[in-house]
Amino acid sequence: MTTAEPAGLPAATEKAARRDGAAPGRAAAPGGPAPARRGPRGGGPGEGALDLLSHGFLVLWAVLAAGPLLWAVMTSFKTSEQILESPWSLPDALHFENWSRAWQTADMGQYFLNSAVVVAGSLAGTMLLGSMAAYVLARFTFPGNRLLYFLFVGGMSFPVIMAIVPLFFVMKNLSLLNTAHGLVLVYIAYSLPFTVFFMTSFFRTLPQSVAEAAMIDGASHTRTFFQVMLPMAKPGLVSVGIFNFLGQWNQYLLPLALNVENEDEQLLTQGLAALAVSQGYDGDWAGLFAGLTLAMLPVLVVYVVFQRQVQAGLTAGALK
Amino acid sequence: MAGESATAGSPAATAKGPVPVAGAVGKGGGGRRAGNPARRRRLAEYRFVAGFLAAPVALYAVLVVSPFLQTFYYSLTDWTGYTADFSMVGLANYARLLEDELFLTALWHNVVLLLVLPLVTLGLGLFFSFMLNVGGRRRGGAVVGGVGGSRFYKVVYFFPQVLSVAIVAVLWQYVYSPTDGLLNGVLSGVGLESLEQNWLGDPDLAMACVMAVMVWANVGFYVVLFSAAMASVPREIYEAALLDGAGRATTFFRVTLPLIRDTVQTGWVYMGIMALDAFAYVYIMTTNQGGPDNSTLVLPVYLYKRAFRDGQAGYATAVGVALLAVTMVFAVAAMALGRRRDRIEF
Repeated sequence: MTTAEPAGLPAATEKAARRDGAAPGRAAAPGGPAPARRGPRGGGPGEGALDLLSHGFLVLWAVLAAGPLLWAVMTSFKTSEQILESPWSLPDALHFENWSRAWQTADMGQYFLNSAVVVAGSLAGTMLLGSMAAYVLARFTFPGNRLLYFLFVGGMSFPVIMAIVPLFFVMKNLSLLNTAHGLVLVYIAYSLPFTVFFMTSFFRTLPQSVAEAAMIDGASHTRTFFQVMLPMAKPGLVSVGIFNFLGQWNQYLLPLALNVENEDEQLLTQGLAALAVSQGYDGDWAGLFAGLTLAMLPVLVVYVVFQRQVQAGLTAGALK
Repeated sequence: MAGESATAGSPAATAKGPVPVAGAVGKGGGGRRAGNPARRRRLAEYRFVAGFLAAPVALYAVLVVSPFLQTFYYSLTDWTGYTADFSMVGLANYARLLEDELFLTALWHNVVLLLVLPLVTLGLGLFFSFMLNVGGRRRGGAVVGGVGGSRFYKVVYFFPQVLSVAIVAVLWQYVYSPTDGLLNGVLSGVGLESLEQNWLGDPDLAMACVMAVMVWANVGFYVVLFSAAMASVPREIYEAALLDGAGRATTFFRVTLPLIRDTVQTGWVYMGIMALDAFAYVYIMTTNQGGPDNSTLVLPVYLYKRAFRDGQAGYATAVGVALLAVTMVFAVAAMALGRRRDRIEF
């Protein structure tokens, strides 16, 4: 069994960051490695060329990773005629009307709001229910504890698509199909396995003595959890919260299958995929790229601001 | 890694139940008179446990566990999904799978993805993270270090990872667009018109195009993951290798790779599971959701179309069970192949 150790993670990334921070002294001009980089020992004449080559690959991949995104942002400022004329010419002016057209006429604003409502509910619910279950499973002995834990954790290794057909009919029978609160519940349920797995191992690392002290002072179990243990678990909650936020915000299969009735109740990912089809028919390429950029930018901005936490949060499950 | 303190702490915490329990067990057996307060405490504790578990367990049972179990049941029926009535057909759906050419095509595509994607993605991820963390060594005073600007590279490489697969798929649909796409635009811009293609429209190319997007979207994750793992390798080990005259390739294969082996293995399983999915990429990006000419059809897309387009819910669940079987075989194989006894502690 792999146990995630959240505490170890930020430290590791920080270590890496510190090393980078120390780099400026030895990092030569950004253009490429200086010729005198051969080491004191071992590096033959091939080493310099190899350095250049491998640094070249790093630059190339940076261009590949960011290029399409920059291209989409740039294209969103062009008119459809300009886009057809040449895909990579610069826009003649900043055609912001594309953005307002995408936001209003193409309903991207509505989709954005729908996504925000669903994810706000499901994220709060996931964190609350997930950490409640994890806390009990981590720190209390009772018959069936192990069984429940493995039932939750086992959910991580099943492909969601496998359950989609029966899930559709379960939702239908409960009158939860095509509703926002139905999606919230489904998002919570399918986020529980990782949340429980991660938070269980986190609660186990917290010292026992603080909870004991709270109990001796007469606090109930519930109060101990909410006022003592939950605040102590904040670093873990942040990591798993980022993980769940991105996973739920980016979810496509579940809304596609379970939220199909009303077009104006679609979520952002659904709306964008539908937009790609409809704007293709209308020939409104500029509107499409504006919609794409609108969907893309908020997440990227949040990521750039909180890059270290996001990187740590997303890789948390795989690191030990 | 800073995990040592945590590892040291956790066994103790696991072994110990809450202290009141330990006391209660002894006294509770002793008799009613003496055990009363302890027993009351224990009851309160059970009530608390039940209260905290009720909502998450109920939700999970209804929306996750029960649909998974129902999948097995429905796979034995001829249910259309349109009406409530159906009859048991035994293993007929599974027999049909074996003769269904579309299913076999989709299965083959998933197997190709399973073999190619982890290899390429993890290979690139290892290469880049090694360059960023260790490869730029032997410069100035630092013995071991990454190339300059490695923080910047990591941030940029990770961009595609935070975007929704839906966004990535729509974006690449237009990068690949034959008339006004970026790819053909760049090719003609540098005078390589002869290489221009109808990327996603050509049955021979479409699958490779989908794979390229999946690699593009996931490399950043593994660069960050492996970087964190490499950063936890003690520097002295590299210094020792350096003193022994190890070159870069030797350092990578004899020092770095063995030391981060567990992380690579976990990454392999992750990427394999992703390769068995590929739903949103194929569903959004390709023509006719799996075309042209079924050249990009994968199992999840086939399942989805059978269930929600063709009204063959029973048969679709059989596809789901087959998908689960493939996933399990892969996971077990990956774990078994990666097992080693001489675990290295550092």
